[in-house]
Amino acid sequence: MSAQPLYVNDDDFFPANDEHERWEHRGYEMVVGLEVHVELATQTKLFSASPNRFGDEPNTNIDPVTLGLPGALPVLNRHAVELAMRLGLALNCRVQKSTFARKNYFYPDMPKAYQISQYDEPINADGWLDLPDGFRVGIERGHLEEDTGKSTHVGGAGGRIHGSDYSLIDFNRAGVPLVEIVSRPDIRHPEQAKAYVSELRSILVAVGASDAKMEEGSMRVDANVSVRKPGADFNTRCEIKNVNSVRSVGRAIEYEAKRQIALHEAGEPVIQQTRHWDENDGKTHTLRSKEDADDYRYFLEPDLVVVDPGPEWIERVRAALPPLPAARREVLASMSGQPANSEAVLLVVERDQDAYVLEVGKQSGDVGLALKHVKEAPDLATVVPAGRLATLTTMESNSAVTATQAKTIVESMIAGEHERDPEAIAAALGFEAMESSELESMVDAAIAEQPDAWAKFCAGEGKAMGALVGAVMKASKGQADGKAVTALLNAKKS
Amino acid sequence: MSEPNDIPKQATLISEGVRYGILSAAQVLDEHLARVDEREGEIHAFNLVLADEARERAAEIDSMVADGLNPGPLAGVPVALKDNMCTRGIPTTCSSKILGDWKPPYDATVVTRLRDAGAVVIGKTNLDEFAMGSSTENSAFGPTKNPHDTSRVPGGSSGGSAAAVAAEFASVSLGSDTGGSIRQPAALCGTVGVKPTYGAVSRLGLIAFGSSLDQIGPFAHTVDDAALTLEVISGHDPADSTSIERPPLELRSKLLMGAAGLRVGRITDLPSGASPDVQARLDEAFEALAAAGAEIVDVECPAFGYGLTAYYLIAPAEASSNLARFDGVRFGSRVTAPDTNQMYMATRTDGFGAEVKRRIMLGTYALSAGYQEAYYGRAQKVRRLIANDFAAAYAKADVLLTPASPTVAFEVGDKASDPLAMYLCDTYTIPSNLSGDPGMSVPFGTGDGGLPVGVQVLAPALEDHTMFRAAAELERYMQTQQEGSIQ
Repeated sequence: MSAQPLYVNDDDFFPANDEHERWEHRGYEMVVGLEVHVELATQTKLFSASPNRFGDEPNTNIDPVTLGLPGALPVLNRHAVELAMRLGLALNCRVQKSTFARKNYFYPDMPKAYQISQYDEPINADGWLDLPDGFRVGIERGHLEEDTGKSTHVGGAGGRIHGSDYSLIDFNRAGVPLVEIVSRPDIRHPEQAKAYVSELRSILVAVGASDAKMEEGSMRVDANVSVRKPGADFNTRCEIKNVNSVRSVGRAIEYEAKRQIALHEAGEPVIQQTRHWDENDGKTHTLRSKEDADDYRYFLEPDLVVVDPGPEWIERVRAALPPLPAARREVLASMSGQPANSEAVLLVVERDQDAYVLEVGKQSGDVGLALKHVKEAPDLATVVPAGRLATLTTMESNSAVTATQAKTIVESMIAGEHERDPEAIAAALGFEAMESSELESMVDAAIAEQPDAWAKFCAGEGKAMGALVGAVMKASKGQADGKAVTALLNAKKS
Repeated sequence: MSEPNDIPKQATLISEGVRYGILSAAQVLDEHLARVDEREGEIHAFNLVLADEARERAAEIDSMVADGLNPGPLAGVPVALKDNMCTRGIPTTCSSKILGDWKPPYDATVVTRLRDAGAVVIGKTNLDEFAMGSSTENSAFGPTKNPHDTSRVPGGSSGGSAAAVAAEFASVSLGSDTGGSIRQPAALCGTVGVKPTYGAVSRLGLIAFGSSLDQIGPFAHTVDDAALTLEVISGHDPADSTSIERPPLELRSKLLMGAAGLRVGRITDLPSGASPDVQARLDEAFEALAAAGAEIVDVECPAFGYGLTAYYLIAPAEASSNLARFDGVRFGSRVTAPDTNQMYMATRTDGFGAEVKRRIMLGTYALSAGYQEAYYGRAQKVRRLIANDFAAAYAKADVLLTPASPTVAFEVGDKASDPLAMYLCDTYTIPSNLSGDPGMSVPFGTGDGGLPVGVQVLAPALEDHTMFRAAAELERYMQTQQEGSIQ
């Protein structure tokens, strides 16, 4: 792995390079497809009017439909369908006539003992997602389904139902609308998997389909992993569950791929099974094997009718789609002069702060400088008005303050000092641009004090400049503009 | 006809009398409750008689009338509800142990509509557990008896609702019909019984058996009463996604149109099995309509005979899923056990009766991996064939006539140990559940033992009014026969 991971927030990162070295271990490659569940950002549930809200008191957002009471009937939430369509169109899917089916199985947090889910006719089919480095991952489908309730098993070991003393069930989450996005098994590298999840999350947020918070469970990733000799047929795969962060996606599939390679090399079979990723020991563990899998007895949900959005609705949704992250990166790149897959552009769009950067750039005329500051200090976009940052970057490009001083002012603005006014902060800190005559006399003094260094610098030893600049900085107590000092030195040399 | 001071039994007459202040709802109710007191012990039509609630409601209706208000088209009409329809705060049992003393927190849409129309709910009627049966013997609370002969069954599964009208405990009642559960007991009890077009009446609050087949409809003394009730309970309900986006059915205005010009189809390849007394009545019905100016046409429905088989895969398949929610977790009865799976098993073993278990197993099997295509999938194909057959038949005929039940009411216990014989009771009613078309049973004289016979009128979807038009003509013919005079 050559790509150095770059951490976004706590555990999210993009690949820094646009090209991944091919992941290979003992002559095997990994074959990975991801199934991502996202909770849609609707006001109400998929089939009832109860609020779709995270974090409320248990069993407060419930109703007869949510609880699966006898005689209750589902009514499809139109907004959920529209959000699913938005997502599908953003993923270049065919939005189509679709149906719901019942997936039958018993579990205490599954109120009706069946989940209403789209099965053989999903609303979104056959799309793709392009990663920032241009790698294309196929999307098989993006279908609507309802979430289950949440069980808490008290007593016993490891929070599992088996052996617990009793279980508590919160049905607030039951019936919350989900879209399950199933990728094709196109992923060959842990970095691609992570980039896929990050990019998908950016798209979800951009189109307003979901807040996509992995830490709150509104975005959940399952990975299907197998390994093979490049070009050979697909081998048996395992499904990895409980992958709760972008970082874990990479770790889990890499571990799993290596586990399977070891089995192949030992001549042992890979058994198709569902495995549980354990964040603590960094391993996957058997959850259940295929033989134990439920027979879900899918059949068409007779309480609902066909969902056929039709061309008019589809086109209306398509026309209203906001710019997607890839397009926004292009804009920011061309305006800032940075490459579209540069760290700064990737980060700022990922954080949804590109509009802020562009606004600052519009006012100051320098998008690149705004991008640099916002990349380094994300809080700028949330607490400092664009006009204030524009003033600062103007001061900086006019050499009224140095880059070092500008950084200090940014911190002060974020901290809320002097009403976040960069000029007032600069004045308070005594950051006044030096008279050029004053600077020049400092440069002359430095040359006089270090004749050896000056001689070496004049002889073309670039390293020697450091000592001279350092001396000026010291004399000016850090207030000299490094660029101006360098320029003076060069001018005097010739 | 009734003497002026008598309390009429027909809903149309009760409602008019109450609205015009000629009758009091309280008086009407007392009369019906008196009959309940007298005969309910031997008939057992009800799981629950709501005498107090009904008296309160009747008093409300009367005070509305006294205040010059119109309580609605069913003002003061005592109605009985099959006990698989949710009533807020009132136990709703499906005649099963598994629901325990569960009280729904909401009313079924039909219940709301009846109440809003001024009806007085008098009680919840007995049924075959979860509406699975044709005799009302499969009830956890004991069988209902046929008011015409208490040694015989009332039919099922809505036997309690049929018996309640036949015994004049209620003026009208509601049943649900998944494969004939309104029409067959209506025939056996000598009442009118209607299964409307699928989607004409909201299923919200009807505890599901076979969701794609279930439809609520009325039992009544007359075709007009059934029409009045159906007009009240039909019409779009946004809370039921399968409810048709249409205003309430308009039926009563068509009842006097007569049969002249109506094309009445006779299915030439109808499965045999009707007993001679029933067949004789059916022949007479064709003659009666022909005499009234209808044109009798022959039609073919080759897939009709496969309906029963297809039904006994589709309905149990849906039921196996619909009844999975009775798991002891959130409501109803629970048998405690050391772990969750054992609790499920113990609760469901104890809570469900034999017929319900049989159908859950049938349905689970029919949907299982490796069998689904051969059973459930095939049954769905047959379902389409039947719908196609009907469509072709209705190109030639406006309505079709068949027996509603192959025989008159049979003895209690006769078929209780032979499920297949019991299933055959619904041979003639099942196909229109599969196609979603309406069907109704009209009392048409008597058969063996002087017991009632019903003729079934079938019509294409949303042609309920045409079905009622033919039914009204059959009723008129029968009244003329019985009264021996022509109006």
